Amino acid sequence: MTEEIIIAGFGGQGVLSMGKILAYSGMMKDLEVSWMPAYGPEMRGGTANVTVIVSQERINSPVLKMYDTAIILNQQSMDKFEKSVKPGGVLIYDNNGIVHPPTRTDIDIYLIEANKVAIQMKNTKVFNMVVLGAFLKVKPIVNLDDVDKGLKKSLPERHHHLVALNEEAIRAGMEAVKLEQKAA
Amino acid sequence: MGELRLMKGNEAIAEAAIRCGCDAYFGYPITPQSEILEYLTLENPEPITGMVVLQAESEIAAINMVYGSSACGKKAMTSSSSPGISLKQEGISYIAGAELPALIVNVVRGGPGLGTIQPSQSDYFQSVKGGGHGDYKLIVLAPNSVQEQYDFVSLGFELAFKYRNPVLILSDGAIGQMMEKVELTDYIPRLSDEEVIKRTGSWATHGKPESRKHNIITSLNLQPEPQEQHNHHLQAKYKEIEEHELRYEKFHCEDAEYVFVAYGTSSRLCQKAIQLGRAKGLKLGMIRPITLFPYPTNPIKKAAKKAKAFLSVEMSAGQMVEDVRLAVNGKRPVEHYGRYGGMIPMPDEILEAMEELIAKVEKKAQKKAEKKAKKKAEKKAKKLAKKEKE
Repeated sequence: MTEEIIIAGFGGQGVLSMGKILAYSGMMKDLEVSWMPAYGPEMRGGTANVTVIVSQERINSPVLKMYDTAIILNQQSMDKFEKSVKPGGVLIYDNNGIVHPPTRTDIDIYLIEANKVAIQMKNTKVFNMVVLGAFLKVKPIVNLDDVDKGLKKSLPERHHHLVALNEEAIRAGMEAVKLEQKAA
Repeated sequence: MGELRLMKGNEAIAEAAIRCGCDAYFGYPITPQSEILEYLTLENPEPITGMVVLQAESEIAAINMVYGSSACGKKAMTSSSSPGISLKQEGISYIAGAELPALIVNVVRGGPGLGTIQPSQSDYFQSVKGGGHGDYKLIVLAPNSVQEQYDFVSLGFELAFKYRNPVLILSDGAIGQMMEKVELTDYIPRLSDEEVIKRTGSWATHGKPESRKHNIITSLNLQPEPQEQHNHHLQAKYKEIEEHELRYEKFHCEDAEYVFVAYGTSSRLCQKAIQLGRAKGLKLGMIRPITLFPYPTNPIKKAAKKAKAFLSVEMSAGQMVEDVRLAVNGKRPVEHYGRYGGMIPMPDEILEAMEELIAKVEKKAQKKAEKKAKKKAEKKAKKLAKKEKE
């Protein structure tokens, strides 16, 4: 099993930390992982993206042109990465701020209204964990237990009381994700 | 198995320094390697291991602090990225001239000048062909994973002390910034003062006992004759390093017809290109230099007996390709493919570049075969005509 993922959105949405938690969770399951940010003079409001690869085999290239899954969280990223999903692959997006929804017919498209879910949970900071939940529902490459361990490993101890809240957000994401289109 | 941790390449260097008993780190922030200094400052190892971590006032100050520490026989290191490493060159040349052990890390970014902050490999010439002035060599290690970033810190110090020579870890922004799994090693305590004296007493300056002469650390010699002698000695040392410290890796070379040569991040990209190419039935392989000095000249030369052509892949306009050409020595075509200024080539485009090279080589071979066949046919016709005449 090799899963090649791009997560892309605005800086400040938690794109990089979501990737990190996913990578950590993979590691907890004894899988090989790589986390490669497109780093630049980026900040809150700019664009941010990260390539995460989770595999049973040793990972070669940490950067890729085509992905199994694209998780897209803003319009700029949609413009850039919709075409980078492998045929038959998966695109998951939040439609908040999206003016041109995806048009490809050869991929599975899922909608996660993560922003909405996070607001309902009265905590917009869990946005990225809602998205992670949506991804794990579609591609259960790691289970919640691994994520739990991953969270505990990546968060400093003083934040461990937040693990339960994050878990709740992941579950909410799992429930909220909707299949919009099956690949033709 | 040691503890596993998900780490950035830069963090791995910092953690390795603490764990391998490093005495001192002197640095100055610059993207994309600032995490090394940040991590060390945050970990603050001094109260626990006694390791000094200091943000110097400049890159030049940092390298000269390393010069001073290593003159006392201490395990000292510095790190920077391309423009900062340029500033350090004077100090590096002095350290090499004075034959001191030191570890320098370059997390390369796009150049020239201040350039970009994104990954590049355009400091190859600077690293292996001098950089600073004078006939000196650095031992150059080129990691291609976060684990190797970690492992090469302790290896670097080991080699630096073995040969009393500065060692450079030539990394790049991609390996520095990416996160991978790292297996950590146990803490090795720093050497005590007594142990340092025992280990380096013959050359380092830590207080002169009555029993020996002065140990003098200098790279200055006003007389040309002894300076030439010193250079002879250095050259002999570099030869010894070439004989004993070559490290390289072969990847799918057993049946390879076309061979990539790549180090660092590029070697990871080439692995993927090989995977994609082999799926298409192309017999591709790779030689990956792990040490850039010493360079795997002989292994490449040997591979040229079997391989049809070489493609040197580097995030530069073509620097290492010169050493591949020297090794192959005209026996086979050698070409370069690279992106630069901070751009990372995608495995697909590397494969395309290789496919172009293959097409070129095969076309040439076909032309040659056709010419040969034509000549043969002509000769035959001539012979036949001659016979008929008779």
